[in-house]
Amino acid sequence: MTDWLIKGAAPLGGAPTDLRLRDGRVAEAGTNLSAAGAQVVDAAGLIALPGLVDLHTHLREPGREDAETVASGTRAAALGGFTTVYAMANTSPVADTAGVVEQVWRLGRDAGHCDVRPVGAVTVGLAGLRLAELGAMASSAAAVRVFSDDGHCVADPLLMRRALEYVKAFDGVIAQHAEEPRLTEDAQMNEGVVSARLGLPGWPAAAEEAIIARDALLAGHVGSRLHVCHVSTAGSVEIIRWAKSKGWRVTAEVTPHHLLLTDDLATSYDPVFKVNPPLRTAADVEALRAGLADGTIDCVATDHAPHASQDKETEWAVARPGMLGLQTALSVVTETMVATGRLDWAGVADRMALAPARIGGHPVPDAARGGSLAVDASASMTLFDPAARWKVDPYALASRSRNTPFAGRDLPGRVVATFLRGRPTVLDGKLA
Amino acid sequence: MATAPAGGPRTARTVLSGDDISRVTTRMAHQILEKTSGGADVILLGIPTRGVPLARRLAARMRDVEGVDVPNGSLDPTMYRDDLRLRGVRPLEVTDLPAGGVDGRIVVLVDDVLFSGRTVRAALDALAEYGRPRAVQLAVLVDRGHRELPIRADYVGKNMPTARLESVQVRLSEIDHEPDEVRIVAEDRRAGDGDGRSPEPRAAR
Amino acid sequence: MKHLLSAEDLGRDEAIAILDTAEQMSLLGDRSVKKLPTLRGRTVVNLFYEDSTRTRTSFELAAKRLSADVVNFSARGSSVSKGESLKDTALTLEAMGSDAVVIRHPASGAPHRLSSWIRGSVVNAGDGTHEHPTQALLDAFTMRRRLGRVNDLSVTIVGDVLHSRVARSNVRLLHTLGAGVTLVAPPTLLPVGVETWPAEISYDLDAVLPKSDVVMMLRVQAERMNAAFFPTEREYSRRYGLDADRMAMLPDHALVMHPGPMVRGMEIASEVADSVRSTVVEQVANGVSVRMAVLYLLLGGSPE
Repeated sequence: MTDWLIKGAAPLGGAPTDLRLRDGRVAEAGTNLSAAGAQVVDAAGLIALPGLVDLHTHLREPGREDAETVASGTRAAALGGFTTVYAMANTSPVADTAGVVEQVWRLGRDAGHCDVRPVGAVTVGLAGLRLAELGAMASSAAAVRVFSDDGHCVADPLLMRRALEYVKAFDGVIAQHAEEPRLTEDAQMNEGVVSARLGLPGWPAAAEEAIIARDALLAGHVGSRLHVCHVSTAGSVEIIRWAKSKGWRVTAEVTPHHLLLTDDLATSYDPVFKVNPPLRTAADVEALRAGLADGTIDCVATDHAPHASQDKETEWAVARPGMLGLQTALSVVTETMVATGRLDWAGVADRMALAPARIGGHPVPDAARGGSLAVDASASMTLFDPAARWKVDPYALASRSRNTPFAGRDLPGRVVATFLRGRPTVLDGKLA
Repeated sequence: MATAPAGGPRTARTVLSGDDISRVTTRMAHQILEKTSGGADVILLGIPTRGVPLARRLAARMRDVEGVDVPNGSLDPTMYRDDLRLRGVRPLEVTDLPAGGVDGRIVVLVDDVLFSGRTVRAALDALAEYGRPRAVQLAVLVDRGHRELPIRADYVGKNMPTARLESVQVRLSEIDHEPDEVRIVAEDRRAGDGDGRSPEPRAAR
Repeated sequence: MKHLLSAEDLGRDEAIAILDTAEQMSLLGDRSVKKLPTLRGRTVVNLFYEDSTRTRTSFELAAKRLSADVVNFSARGSSVSKGESLKDTALTLEAMGSDAVVIRHPASGAPHRLSSWIRGSVVNAGDGTHEHPTQALLDAFTMRRRLGRVNDLSVTIVGDVLHSRVARSNVRLLHTLGAGVTLVAPPTLLPVGVETWPAEISYDLDAVLPKSDVVMMLRVQAERMNAAFFPTEREYSRRYGLDADRMAMLPDHALVMHPGPMVRGMEIASEVADSVRSTVVEQVANGVSVRMAVLYLLLGGSPE
């Protein structure tokens, strides 16, 4: 395996340092390291971050390979600076058996752009009626630790309690898509001033908050780990803050789009802005940023949800909810959290790499020493140019789908290189 | 419609003063009375915008001269124009026919400027939808030439040879809130404010 | 004006221009030859994804009186029922040379989407629970004809505001034209966020009626009862229906309007619907004039 010398990168935004990668580890760190026998990457002005981890990605394979495949989705992930993605279970067939999760895991391994860790379904067929074979998935080659019916809420409170309890046996976590189904029948967008004007059925904040409150109480009661997917409201942040104050094992994620976009974008009726949970108000965005900054929300997760054009170039109500996110996530976090002074680069590393890896049950081993950037650490990292700006062009993204809500937007920062255990997956902003 | 001249050198000359317009209107009233045997069965229909007050003025003069009450109203030919698709949508003007309609009457159409003749053609089509007049005649304050259709006026206030690029601007106090006047403005390519009813589309910009 | 997608887009001058133009168009109804040559050679497509014989016929008549060619493309008996997407249908219609598409669709915002896919004009003939701008225009036209003005009128809109595109369009247009609007409904049938609308809110019809110049009754569908918006039809009718006793509380000049189709005995009693105050039949006739005005203003000039 080739040695790589990364010259002059700023680990977590600190002093410029040379890093020598050998055999998948960081072999040396220091200044003016010798380049002998190594390929050199000039990283002057670049920030070095541990390889990003996305707890919430939809890769669509098997079933909707016209929208995304494991290969295309992980290419997008690598280009976005990710070295691990957790692939959601709502494929066709649903990832509710050891067979399906192992298939997805192998597809990821063969594609080689990043690690793919399958998420297992909580209930058979995501139907919310019977538990899937959680233990079999945990013991499979895919070693599943995160279970989620994402796209659907595990609405039955008793079933949710049982799931939370059951996964304690293998330190699993239930990642809940918090949406009270009766309160969101036919819901199309955030319920509020804009939905009233547009005549689109509303998705009330209370439908999310009620489930989070219920599940936090259950997790506290049985001492289990609960992870809350894509938190979208100010009220949810408050409830999670309260649950954490009790010492309960509750974690949460927020998506980049909920950190930046608001529900008034629906005024165009362009379903590229349709997502579940929906875009909320500016006050919610503010609360989410504050919650991510103070650690109430543990991490950023993309909820990367590719959809074929025929599922988006339609009437709003007919369109499928979801947005691309992998290639824009770090830029959006830079804009919303770094440029605003709410997080430094160490904070970004925590919220986008260390915390999600920990929640996902496969922690970065040397997290205490700054992630993958210390000597002897696994050499998975991202080199990021914070000074660059780029305009999002949906046709230039690696995903098979085009449904980015950031199309035409000018965003800060650019992923220059991504290394997966010492091997470049992206160099010069292109797939290596 | 009274747009101020946009910058750039444009020379305007007055061709009819307020007094001239008054005299010309009186003469036309006499001519209509003469040609229609005292104005019996006549109705005057002004073509908006400025044909309407002109028709009202002619009716007043005819009453002054002969003591006849000549009904007058307005007829908007917009919906019958053949050049609708050549420019932006035109707002509709009022069509207001005198009680009793047009059947069997001598209808005198009244307009300020006769140019291509297309407005009059449209007015004839519009009129036909309202009934069958015994005869239709045309009275105009100014005939500036450049006809594109076989149409001529029965009563003309003033024949005024013009160049195509000139525009004829009629100002009437009822509409324009300024003194009566007719002037010729030498123009650049930008067509006038519609007074001259240029048959050409506004230059594409 | 390129499209008519919502009453919200109309400025005051624009709205008044439509009403004034409609006034001229209405004169046509008095003539023996009810036809104008204005839109000869233009093609108007009625693209109806919901059954609405009343609205479709009104648009059809309006287009034909302006000599446009009219194509009716309805969900039934077309490829719509075979699952063709709205976008593909739009492109097909454009390839056939349509100059304007009049669209009725169960999804809010469908006309907006359509207008981004085709070059011709789009007229919203009712989209989901969003807007129905020509209905609001004809309502304003009817008020102006009967009462001489819209400015300063007190208009009370009663019923299922939550699901009503007529209410949304009327609130916006009437506000633009200077009328004061009061919405009366059970709280379950008012949208969250209604407090930001330019309208007063009341739950007490009897208190509002004596101050109303116009009362507009909205249709209430019985299936709302099953979704627990109100307990029973009887209770709804007692609290929010307009019967003869309530009508007597109105000032003498006040009008009773209904966009139709009416549910007699639910939101409106038969003797009210048939009274001299009722403009229900007039509204239908005025609808043709208003739609002629809209089509003329959209298609009567150069395509640019």
